[in-house]
Amino acid sequence: MADLSSNFLGIKSPNPFWLASGPPADKAYNVNRAFEAGWGGVSWKTLGEDPHIVNVNGPRYASIMSNDRRVIGFNNIELITDRPFQVNLEEMRQVKRDWPDRALIASVMFPMNEASWAKLVPIIEDAGVDGFELNFGCPHGMSERGMGAAVGQVPEYIKQATEWCKKYATTPVIVKLTPNITDVLYPAEACLEGGADAVSLINTINSIMRVDYDNLTMFPTTGDMGSHGGYCGEAVKPIALHMVAEIARNDKTKNLPISGIGGVTTWKDAVDFIALGASNVQVCTAAMVYGFKIVEDMKTGLNNFLDEKGMNSVQELVGKAVPSVTDWKYLNLNHVDKAVIDQDKCIKCGRCHIVCEDTAHQAIEYSNNGGDRVFTVNDDECVGCNLCVSVCPVVDCISMVAMTTGTDPRTGKAISPKASDWTTHPNNPLKVS
Amino acid sequence: MNDKKLTNEAMNIKPHRLSKQEIEDNFTDLHPPLSAIEALIEADRCYFCYDAPCTKACPSDIDVPGFIQSIQSDNLTGAADKILSENIFGGMCARDCPTEELCQQACVRNDHEKKPVEIGLLQRYATDSVLNNGVQLFSREEDTGKSIAVVGAGPAGISCAHRLAVLGHKITVYESKDKLGGLNEYGIAAYKTINDFAQQELAYILDIGGITIKTGMQLGKQINLEDLQQQYDAVFLGCGLATVNQLNLDNENISGVIDAVEYIANLRQTSNKDELMVGKNIVVIGGGMTAIDIAVQSKLLGAEQVTIAYRRSKNIMAASEYEQALAKKHDVQIQYNVSPKRLLSADSNVTAMEFDIMQSQNDGSLMASGENITLKADVVFKAIGQKLVTEGLIENNSLQLKKGRIVVDEHRKTSLAKVWAGGDCVLDGDNLTVSAVQDGKLAAISINETLTQGA
Ligand SMILES: Cc1cc2nc3c(=O)[nH]c(=O)nc-3n(C[C@H](O)[C@H](O)[C@H](O)COP(=O)(O)OP(=O)(O)OC[C@H]3O[C@@H](n4cnc5c(N)ncnc54)[C@H](O)[C@@H]3O)c2cc1C
Ligand SMILES: Cc1cc2nc3c(=O)[nH]c(=O)nc-3n(C[C@H](O)[C@H](O)[C@H](O)COP(=O)(O)O)c2cc1C
Ligand code: SF4
Ligand code: SF4
Ligand code: SF4
Repeated sequence: MADLSSNFLGIKSPNPFWLASGPPADKAYNVNRAFEAGWGGVSWKTLGEDPHIVNVNGPRYASIMSNDRRVIGFNNIELITDRPFQVNLEEMRQVKRDWPDRALIASVMFPMNEASWAKLVPIIEDAGVDGFELNFGCPHGMSERGMGAAVGQVPEYIKQATEWCKKYATTPVIVKLTPNITDVLYPAEACLEGGADAVSLINTINSIMRVDYDNLTMFPTTGDMGSHGGYCGEAVKPIALHMVAEIARNDKTKNLPISGIGGVTTWKDAVDFIALGASNVQVCTAAMVYGFKIVEDMKTGLNNFLDEKGMNSVQELVGKAVPSVTDWKYLNLNHVDKAVIDQDKCIKCGRCHIVCEDTAHQAIEYSNNGGDRVFTVNDDECVGCNLCVSVCPVVDCISMVAMTTGTDPRTGKAISPKASDWTTHPNNPLKVS
Repeated sequence: MNDKKLTNEAMNIKPHRLSKQEIEDNFTDLHPPLSAIEALIEADRCYFCYDAPCTKACPSDIDVPGFIQSIQSDNLTGAADKILSENIFGGMCARDCPTEELCQQACVRNDHEKKPVEIGLLQRYATDSVLNNGVQLFSREEDTGKSIAVVGAGPAGISCAHRLAVLGHKITVYESKDKLGGLNEYGIAAYKTINDFAQQELAYILDIGGITIKTGMQLGKQINLEDLQQQYDAVFLGCGLATVNQLNLDNENISGVIDAVEYIANLRQTSNKDELMVGKNIVVIGGGMTAIDIAVQSKLLGAEQVTIAYRRSKNIMAASEYEQALAKKHDVQIQYNVSPKRLLSADSNVTAMEFDIMQSQNDGSLMASGENITLKADVVFKAIGQKLVTEGLIENNSLQLKKGRIVVDEHRKTSLAKVWAGGDCVLDGDNLTVSAVQDGKLAAISINETLTQGA
């Protein structure tokens, strides 16, 4: 059995699965239940200055579901904690006493003035928290008031607020980033400059879920009108993974520890984040969709995976896939893949054919001899685009196989064992010679 | 119905074998309709195959992945339109098609997980939505001034009439019975089409107008083909197979020996199924859908012992594996390789039936093995196929028949001028509702082309 225990910035937890700041970590009642269920830590629902904010008294959440009602994407217009500062603080103090082996992080969001940080950071630390997470990500409501994403979108503000927090905190400071920016490296580098111990990402993405088809209003609404919310859940994982990997492979930020957030629903999602550079993961939507019990499979699944890989700890997996991430311009343009269909597995649905025929390269041929349907790849046309693989309903039925010798029948060019990329390509006006 | 033949005083043939409630419960939907969520989940299973094998296997060319995609997107009217524009009896076919031998047999999910998409149930879900809500999807094109006679108001005739009416022609349907629908109304097993569905569907179909119905008009009696040819621009024959084959045994007329089709017609028409006379020991002669249907329905009416006696072996039985399994599920025995030899009787009531046990020869022919078997029976149902009534059809003309059926070309045109035909009455049909509907549609398209080309 691999060791699942986690040490993130010196903050210890029995496993790398934390609940992200949000409703699952809203108050002692939920957090006690989460710890009983086996979660490694929580980032408490974001604290703010009193008087506490208020939430709408109507729909805060909406989801995108598949036809069998599986939640694929989720959004919310919930603000930070809507309970008094002191109430949260006392609960946090008690929870940490009751669960000393679990990580307890204080998520905070204060205005852009030093006095607030100077006053509140030490009081919170006194409650026994293991560290801070600065919520510079909430994209709705709070951002209208100059906090949350409004800070996270301006690197100078990030640096400034981080410095204030670091100045008054003795425990580690994690900065939680918003994905509602053009290049995550600017905020990430600002965190570094402000002295952050780590970053966590992503917070939610600006979104409107859909229209109400009866009333032709946006959906959902509070009464007659609605407001954009933050998108999260399974659908956002690829966006989060990209941002995590960018930070993990960027020279300046590559040593900045990362807590991965965004769509984690199973242990596989955790493997994605960790292999792309995160040291642990945080979960919000999946817990809201399935309840706390899902952590059981996350733990056993990750454990079995590590065992199969011969890894003794989560630490060994961290960043394993990062070296495989590069810029497009460095991809080997001499590499040639062709789709290969395993005719024994093929169920003759023809999806590969029609998508290739209509929208790609006319490289999958169809013959029908008296009901005997056969789909075959024409190597003369196949560009190896992977569209067929992406739509085939049968697992491992089509594979991309690299040509290692001979001539690519599509281009008539011999397969070169030498790698060659865009930087030196003759068609590149800016090629290096 | 011929109650004279069901008067066994020994009380082996009697009504009320089950309570009214039990019978009601027995005759609910064989395949209950899908709920909205079931339909969405099932629709999600479709892969939208290219040149879809299920569509190829549907005798009426329904764009199956097309309509399933519309179910997926909550576009039920679009889904129903896709179905009904190819097959106006899409509602009945969804209930009575042997899908396990048609569309669903071809579904690629069989290869993937041995479980096809439930196309029939999805088709029912989509068509029910427009039928139940009275959404009329069809309207008539401008009047063409042409008029066409249709003989027989079964699925073939009405399908033809509907398509021609849509195309702007005026149709007169001549039907010998009082009620419309043909075997949809009189033949299909009761548990496949509950709640008077056949009439509900017909009302929807005829609602577009342009179709005049004349019941009580039998070709060969009140009307004749020559007159129709003269009075109308075209004639469609959809008269089905109006009589049944006989066993040709000596004492076939004794009490208790009954045509299955006739009994089923009665069963379909009665509002008190518990009043039907039901035997205790029943023997069904035949191997097709009718045999299965009479056997299962007899069981559901409370018969104790029901045996289907089939002349040949299991694998060439016309009833599909699925239907044979359905019968067995209802505790019906199936006796293969037995050929009717004679009827035993007492006081001219049947008491048992004796069979030759047959052996298949290498060349596929059957030979009596010399051994016999006797099955106790107070009712023997004959379900050995139906026959075309040629009276009124072939007098004074040269209508070409073969094997007792009307010969037609690919457009369902007969050898006679201005006369088309389709459904059970034509040669090489596969005696299914869906094929009858397709025949009617193809004939209508051909009639329309012929009539408008001249214009
Ligand atoms: C018991 C039974 C069960 C069946 N179950 C199924 C099933 O589950 N699924 C399936 O797909 N198929 C089933 N079939 C077959 C299916 O019912 C037929 O293939 C289909 O009804 C044929 O349609 P049709 O219009 O050609 O003939 P019919 O439905 O027989 O209609 C013919 C019409 O013409 C009328 N008619 C006949 N002669 C004249 C005349 N001389 N003048 C005027 N009108 C006339 C008749 O009264 C009738 O209304 C079953 C058949 C039987 C007998
Ligand atoms: C209902 C809801 C409330 C949230 N509230 C907060 C919050 O108070 N503070 C915060 O930092 N993030 C908050 N988040 C963002 C989550 O912590 C997390 O970053 C985001 O939802 C992506 O992760 P997920 O896909 O696992 O949900 C909230 C998310 C949801 C769905
Ligand atoms: S998509 Fe896959 S299963 Fe379908 S025809 Fe192509 S290779 Fe076969
Ligand atoms: S009409 Fe019958 S065979 Fe055709 S798709 Fe519908 S259920 Fe299947
Ligand atoms: S064969 Fe099956 S999966 Fe393919 S289109 Fe037809 S119903 Fe859908």
